[in-house]
Amino acid sequence: MSPQVLIDGIIAGSTIGLGAIGLTLTYSILRFANFTHGDFLAWGAYLTLTVSGFLGGLLAGLGIGDPLGPFSFGWGLPVSLLAGMALTVLLTLGLDKVLFGRLRRRGADAIIIVMASFGASMALRSLLEFIFTANPAYFTRELQIAQKIGMGMRATPDQMLTVGLTAVLVIALHVFVTRSSTGRAMRAVSENPGLAGVYGLDVQQVIRVTWIIGAALACVAGVMSGLLVQIRPYMGFDLLLPLFAAAILGGIGSIPGAMLGGLIIGLAEAVTVQVVGAEWRAGVAFVVLVLVLILRPSGLFGRRV
Amino acid sequence: MSLLRLRDFSAGYETDLPIVKHVDMDISRGEAVCILGPNGAGKSTLIKAIAGQVRCLGGSVHLADDDITNAPSHALARRGLGFVPQTENIFTQMTIRENMQIAAELLPKARRADQMQRLFDMFPDLKARPNTLAGALSGGQRQMLAAARALLTVPEVLILDEPSAGLSPKLVGQVFETLRQIRAAGVTLVLVEQNVRAALDLTERAVVLVDGRLAHDGPTDVLRDGKLLGELFLGSRHAEVVA
Ligand SMILES: Nc1ncnc2c1ncn2[C@@H]1O[C@H](COP(=O)(O)OP(=O)(O)OP(=O)(O)O)[C@@H](O)[C@H]1O
Ligand SMILES: [Mg+2]
Repeated sequence: MSPQVLIDGIIAGSTIGLGAIGLTLTYSILRFANFTHGDFLAWGAYLTLTVSGFLGGLLAGLGIGDPLGPFSFGWGLPVSLLAGMALTVLLTLGLDKVLFGRLRRRGADAIIIVMASFGASMALRSLLEFIFTANPAYFTRELQIAQKIGMGMRATPDQMLTVGLTAVLVIALHVFVTRSSTGRAMRAVSENPGLAGVYGLDVQQVIRVTWIIGAALACVAGVMSGLLVQIRPYMGFDLLLPLFAAAILGGIGSIPGAMLGGLIIGLAEAVTVQVVGAEWRAGVAFVVLVLVLILRPSGLFGRRV
Repeated sequence: MSLLRLRDFSAGYETDLPIVKHVDMDISRGEAVCILGPNGAGKSTLIKAIAGQVRCLGGSVHLADDDITNAPSHALARRGLGFVPQTENIFTQMTIRENMQIAAELLPKARRADQMQRLFDMFPDLKARPNTLAGALSGGQRQMLAAARALLTVPEVLILDEPSAGLSPKLVGQVFETLRQIRAAGVTLVLVEQNVRAALDLTERAVVLVDGRLAHDGPTDVLRDGKLLGELFLGSRHAEVVA
């Protein structure tokens, strides 16, 4: 086995981990498995792509559209990413307003809300296919050469950037949740929403913050995946199983757990691709999921479940 | 004018199944009232509904001049209604200090540190180990933390659901000692209790709830010999409203 699987796994795991964090937060605070989360990744990528389409021409016109340093993209992408994150947040808040929030207020069972998310997922996916067609799209056509990064491993500058960005985001989020008063409120709602209200916390506000964080990270993960692989309407749906596997492996509600779970799934996939064959990649998350549910259903850092 | 005013108040978990039925009640500022009744009478349901944890199905509640019928719990907490549920009344996965900090956020920034210090001084058991997970506390200490959390925000009225339930006699004594201090500080107190004797000693007025309805409302002394209370609990006497 070549050491390259390590870096390949970490790169794939970064995307999975970022996506799984949103999933685990929604699960622990809204108490349902959100099947639309994968589509938030895809929508994040497409929304960012759309903005970058407008912006690209503009920046090129201004003569500042060239790629940044060793990377395959120019200023357009980071700026579009911020806009894409904001738009993805609006999408999820809108969806919560018209769908999930309504069910919640009516006191619907979790299973009803899960089913609703399943339906919304199909609708969101079809809408992407309708608007953007099923053909893959790309943020950039620039080719990147993988560079030696030591120990016989290679990675492109874009890949290294996504890994670095993931590390920064996860650490920042972890500090936010463990140190800030908003994070404390999130932990309170996740333990007992009724009591959180009694303590004076506005649970609806905490739910909004959760959507905002989950959607923003989903957009980043979608854009990273789109940058390193490609953008397709089904990209989020295809990531759904790895996302769930990572969130459950890490222990529902745990941010470091979801990230670690993502990395483990990513590594397991990379090893499988190299040892068994690329066609088995999609089955890896499934196998991990089944193993976790049998051996340690509460996950690595799990407290509840 | 009364501080807490219930009119034709009904509440329950399902729309067509009221548990608490047509209750009228007035509690004045500074008063201490205990709510008694057999198991399943709807005592917890009544105060949970006042605190926004169970839906009000009819009638109204007012806190001073504000209509708080079906107001969300967090708004009530901010409005000065302190509530301590019967069970699961602290965040077990957080430290004692974090439990206090969450509540402290209802206060203006400048007052938070002082007020927390004041409450810790009142509960030395908690003060000794602020970084302990609340889940690691004993039953009595948990009730202390729950009460301290509610008091931290200086509520106009404090509603407690069986704070002495499941505690050893010694701890029951401690809890009631704490309640006596709270009472002495002039906080309006509404207390649901099974520990009738201690509750009657602490409060000046008792409300008896039987099968979701008000069966008695009056000064505690008339209930002290236990005969009337026994009759009320068994349902052989109804709606004797002395107030
Ligand atoms: N969460 C709930 N959902 C549905 N029904 C409930 C719920 N909690 C209580 N009830 C019902 O409401 C009725 C009154 O219960 P409640 O807890 O208010 O009584 P209580 O007077 O506080 O009793 P206890 O002295 O045992 O605490 C009971 O018949 C109970 O079955
Ligand atoms: Mg009760």
